[in-house]
Amino acid sequence: MLEIKGLEVKLEEEDKQILKGVDLSVEAGSVHAIMGPNGSGKSTLSYVLSGRDGYEVTGGSATLNGEDLLDIEPEERAAKGLFLAFQYPVEIPGVGNMTFLRTALNAQRKLRGEEEISSADFLKLVRAKAKDLKIDAEMLKRPVNVGFSGGEKKRNEILQMAMLEPKMCILDETDSGLDVDAMKLVSDGVNALRDEGRAFLVITHYQRLLDHIKPDVVHIMANGRIIKTGGPELALEVEKNGYADILSEVA
Amino acid sequence: MAAQLKPKLDALEARLASLSLPEGGWSAPARQDALARLGATGLPNARDEYWKYTRPDTLVAREAPAAAVFEASETPIFSGRDRLKITFVDGVFDPEQSDALELEGIAIERLAEAGTKDIHWAKDLYGVLEARGQSPVERPLAALNTAFATDGILIHVTGTPSKPVSLVYIHKDEGSDAILHHAVKVETGAEITLLENGPAAARFNKVLEVDVADGGKFHHVRAQGRDHERRAATHIFARLGEESLFKSFTMTANGVLTRNECVIEFTGDDAVAHVAGASMGDGDFHHDDTVFITHDAVNCESRQVFKKVLRNGATGVFQGKILVKKDAQKTDGYQISQSLLLDDDSQFLAKPELEIYADDVACSHGSTSGAIDDTALYYLRSRGVPLREAQDLLTLAFLAEALDEIEDDSLADEIRERLDGWLARRRG
Repeated sequence: MLEIKGLEVKLEEEDKQILKGVDLSVEAGSVHAIMGPNGSGKSTLSYVLSGRDGYEVTGGSATLNGEDLLDIEPEERAAKGLFLAFQYPVEIPGVGNMTFLRTALNAQRKLRGEEEISSADFLKLVRAKAKDLKIDAEMLKRPVNVGFSGGEKKRNEILQMAMLEPKMCILDETDSGLDVDAMKLVSDGVNALRDEGRAFLVITHYQRLLDHIKPDVVHIMANGRIIKTGGPELALEVEKNGYADILSEVA
Repeated sequence: MAAQLKPKLDALEARLASLSLPEGGWSAPARQDALARLGATGLPNARDEYWKYTRPDTLVAREAPAAAVFEASETPIFSGRDRLKITFVDGVFDPEQSDALELEGIAIERLAEAGTKDIHWAKDLYGVLEARGQSPVERPLAALNTAFATDGILIHVTGTPSKPVSLVYIHKDEGSDAILHHAVKVETGAEITLLENGPAAARFNKVLEVDVADGGKFHHVRAQGRDHERRAATHIFARLGEESLFKSFTMTANGVLTRNECVIEFTGDDAVAHVAGASMGDGDFHHDDTVFITHDAVNCESRQVFKKVLRNGATGVFQGKILVKKDAQKTDGYQISQSLLLDDDSQFLAKPELEIYADDVACSHGSTSGAIDDTALYYLRSRGVPLREAQDLLTLAFLAEALDEIEDDSLADEIRERLDGWLARRRG
């Protein structure tokens, strides 16, 4: 599904290398987790893959189902099935949540050469998906993420994911700012989307999210590289001992 | 002083040479008074402080600069709604394209019939609010209008009509120079909605006087554009009685020169006035909103919300003043003017002013210029919305606060759809 080879990335504005050769392969149907200390490059990886400005790729490649990701626009990446659940979902005053969802869904369909969804079908779909995530009509009517609590914002991200049905989902610290109940709600939303044809890359600091969204593979990232890869037990080891042991072991 | 006045009087003399005073009837004294006011001020020029950001040359010139007739491909706005339609072609009333001037709750007259018909209630209104609005700032183009207006609609509102009065302007002649003067008197407890749309003429000078008595309500929604070569100077003069409501919203698209002045005076306590504008234009687009609100009563609320989207070197101007007189306690005044600059060449010139003599008031003002929020743009694109469409969505979102000032949801929706359509058309 997602193949990253030797990916090197620096900041566009300053001479600062963030990713120093990331290799990662995520197969369809699997859940991979990336853990790592602050500043290791986890969020940068998610931004570069989704096409945010401000980064320069200096080496390596990233493909989605064999197609190059890095040379195309963010909207084209989305239409090809890439989705990033933001660590800090963006507030957009003046744009209603429903308008946003419908515009995004139809834009993707159009880019893929598909028919736009009818208003009736859209309403039916959004109501059903919103209900599962306990998102009420009031939240759907409000401007995108404006006045939403931390938990509401994250639920809104998962709602978008459920509506857009991407193939490759990247979750960037989706657990940050969530209480126990919200974490369960969000995790249930993600688990409901687990599917043979879909893959997840879950970026997190903590093991606790991985109790709910059980990963098949766990990677440890530090200093712009994946330094260790293992099974779910690797996350438990980090939770118990921190990163120090792993870091020194690799060094 | 005399040296400064001389060129203004010379300009007036040149302008008057191409005008003739209409047969006045009941309006004759008001026209004479206006002419006298004009004789004292002359016409504005680039050295006037009040015209610092907008050149009045073409507005005061003897002849109207030619403007190509704009052929819109879309159906005119408001045409789908139940309304009383009154049409002016190049500033001339067109009975063929107008409904009968009859509607329960209001009386409608035409200014052009002033010479032959006595309309006693209009006598106390025509030119009166315009004259009050000449101080402390001169507005010579409005005085010129009162003196020389060839037609206009006079509405006496005594009830609550079932549908809006809709003024439709059509531009046919490339050199047309229209001067229209409308006046609306809203009696105690009465309520009306006035709509305006369409390109009026190559050059358009329009005055709208609105006198709202105690508890009366006046709603105004205007759509200017998309004709580009026109030059328009419009004035609204409103006087608000106790517990009255005044709401005016203007959407403007395109136009090499548009100056919309709005002069509001609170004379009764507990009244509310909201004036808002959403405009967008490209290149040599020049749009000026000039507002002057005088609080001379207790516990009144005024809001000014102006938003401009500027690209390819377009210019936006905002001059907004709130004057709170000594006894106007508990005044709540709010003013915001913002521009969205879509490139480095466009400019927004803002002059917000507060002048407050009462001590128990809440007045605030703000003015900003900014570009499209990159983070919001990235967020939208990451969800599959293409760049241009995402920019347009954020452009509409920027204008939304001004549209919120329209009280009637269906009118607000119609304006929003129109803006959306215009943006989509440009996107191709």
